[in-house]
Amino acid sequence: MQDFNATSHPSLPQLPKAPTGIDGLDEITEGGLPRGRPTLVCGSAGCGKTLMGVEFLVRGILEYDEPGVLMAFEETAEELTANVTSLGFDLTGLQAAGKLRIDHVHIDRSEIEETGEYDLEGLFIRLGYAIDSIGAKRVVLDTIESLFSGFPNQAVLRSEIRRLFRWLKDKGVTTVITAERGDGSLTRQGLEEYVSDCVILLDNRVIDQITTRRLRIVKYRGSTHGTNEYPYLITQEGISVLPVTSLLLNHEVSNELVSTGVPALDDMFGLKGFYKGSSILVTGTAGTAKTTLAAGFANEVCEKGGRCLFFAFEESPQQLVRNMNSVGIRLAPWIENGQLQIEASRPTLNGLEKHLVSIHKQVSEHKPDAVVIDPISNLITVGNISEVRSMLTRLIDFLKVNNITAMFTSLLSARNERQEMTEEGVSSLVDTWISVRDLEGVGERNRGISILKARGMAHSNQVREFIVTNHGIQLLDVVIGPTGIVTGASRLTQQLQEQAQARAARLELERKDRELARKRLVLEATIANLRTEFESVEEELRQISHEEQSRLRSGNGKHQPADAAEGEHTSASADQ
Amino acid sequence: MNTDVATTAPTMEEETWELRLYVAGQTTKSVTALANLKKYCEEYLKGRYQLEVIDLLVHPQLAAGDQILAIPTLVRKVPVPIRKIIGDLSNQERVLVGLDIRAVDAK
Repeated sequence: MQDFNATSHPSLPQLPKAPTGIDGLDEITEGGLPRGRPTLVCGSAGCGKTLMGVEFLVRGILEYDEPGVLMAFEETAEELTANVTSLGFDLTGLQAAGKLRIDHVHIDRSEIEETGEYDLEGLFIRLGYAIDSIGAKRVVLDTIESLFSGFPNQAVLRSEIRRLFRWLKDKGVTTVITAERGDGSLTRQGLEEYVSDCVILLDNRVIDQITTRRLRIVKYRGSTHGTNEYPYLITQEGISVLPVTSLLLNHEVSNELVSTGVPALDDMFGLKGFYKGSSILVTGTAGTAKTTLAAGFANEVCEKGGRCLFFAFEESPQQLVRNMNSVGIRLAPWIENGQLQIEASRPTLNGLEKHLVSIHKQVSEHKPDAVVIDPISNLITVGNISEVRSMLTRLIDFLKVNNITAMFTSLLSARNERQEMTEEGVSSLVDTWISVRDLEGVGERNRGISILKARGMAHSNQVREFIVTNHGIQLLDVVIGPTGIVTGASRLTQQLQEQAQARAARLELERKDRELARKRLVLEATIANLRTEFESVEEELRQISHEEQSRLRSGNGKHQPADAAEGEHTSASADQ
Repeated sequence: MNTDVATTAPTMEEETWELRLYVAGQTTKSVTALANLKKYCEEYLKGRYQLEVIDLLVHPQLAAGDQILAIPTLVRKVPVPIRKIIGDLSNQERVLVGLDIRAVDAK
């Protein structure tokens, strides 16, 4: 995600910035906090203001080699150290290495008596000494408002705080000042009046019993910045801010193709599969084999030697493996050799942002070629629709940027089926959308699969019936009846009808053949009859002729021409 | 009240007061504070006090030890508990209350 920083800016001169190193914050601020200037971080209790300050310092030291001073007005150095140890921040070690200095400022109203004129030069000297002793570039004042409880003279205090910020600016240290959120104003004591360069507001909101922390940059003088409210999390590695969307749509695309895991389904796509790195949405009502399709895809990826990460929000890994075994999809070997990893959790286990972070984390650890999330519609239980949509947008972007093929399943309620709208409204984000549905006929349900969209390739427009067999999903051949594609029992009826028709046709043909044969027989019989008749006539004629000749021979040539004519006649009849 | 005074007074009498005045350079406030302080000490604690003036511009590392924020700050180290008085010490009554010197004054 770092490369976005590089690409999102043209090479114009811009405000020098100090990168915070906090996951995502540098992206929103387009490079970090204003270098050498104070930044106000305000928020109500439990927002992680102190943590943000500490992380700013620690990351500054570890990643950018900028020593830092933490002036803590509320907690002692020991308390702070203990609090952030769980995040892997070793404050003691950093202090020993001379990179960090923690100065705890203790203010007790009861110990202090005020008589006459004074100023806060002591604070300046302490801070100045701390900064100079380690050459600090970063300073965190946590929480400077505590001064207001210690010093009753507000006029002096305010002018001194104004002077302090001026002084810090002059010293050129990048400062983070934390402050408590006030009623109707950003901070309780109106510190935002004094810090005018950058103000970051942290917010902790509970909606429907789910807490989401959000961060917003209220102002950032001299720089553009993300203006939205960005959810952030406090994770094991510190604060993680998630930009609502990766800012640009300029990720690399791949021309490689991946199979769906169902050969006949591949054939429905013009290029015999999905593009690698694309996102696929499988929607359908309950029991339409969405999970089976998804598992089949995971299996296919593993078979091709790829790695796959499967997030199951409904079933445990064991259950999933067992269930898929029954349809001939063997996932267990892939799990054993590490190609497939199934992460099962209830959606309600975490808030949405936490899910997103855990997916990010798993993806960066497992480095999969494909990610399957089954189903995304379950996430709706832990957030409202717009939040789910924004989370999925970010997730899809993240996966696309990393060229990971993503398959999501989504349960449609029957009510929504007709609209062909997913509740999460992510359909416009995905590249390929496969719809599986019940084709309910008279007394039965059949499953039909169709491709609603496939960006960048031709695809079949047919609704194909499929069955789940004990060796996976099988698409049935298309049978077209008088009223369109037929399925299930109608399919059988149609097939029977066709068979009957074929049989009838064959019989008809045979009958015709027989008729012909009979006609031939009759004809031949007639011919034979005629021939016989002719033969008898011929014989008779010969007889007559013979008699004539013998009579002529006895009459001695007187009837010669008659004899010739008779001979001619004979030869003609012989010719027949 | 009387018993309090009776019990605390003897210990105070014996103890030597340790006072520290933190200043930052020779500013008007610092000079005024020092002058005021010396006046009070001579008046009420004569011979029983040690006054240490620390210039934080010279020794900035000492500021953290006594939690100094405001300048000038007067710190009463002994007798305990530690008391701090900030400002140029121009209000005599408040300084005396702050340092708890009333007891001595009452004697």
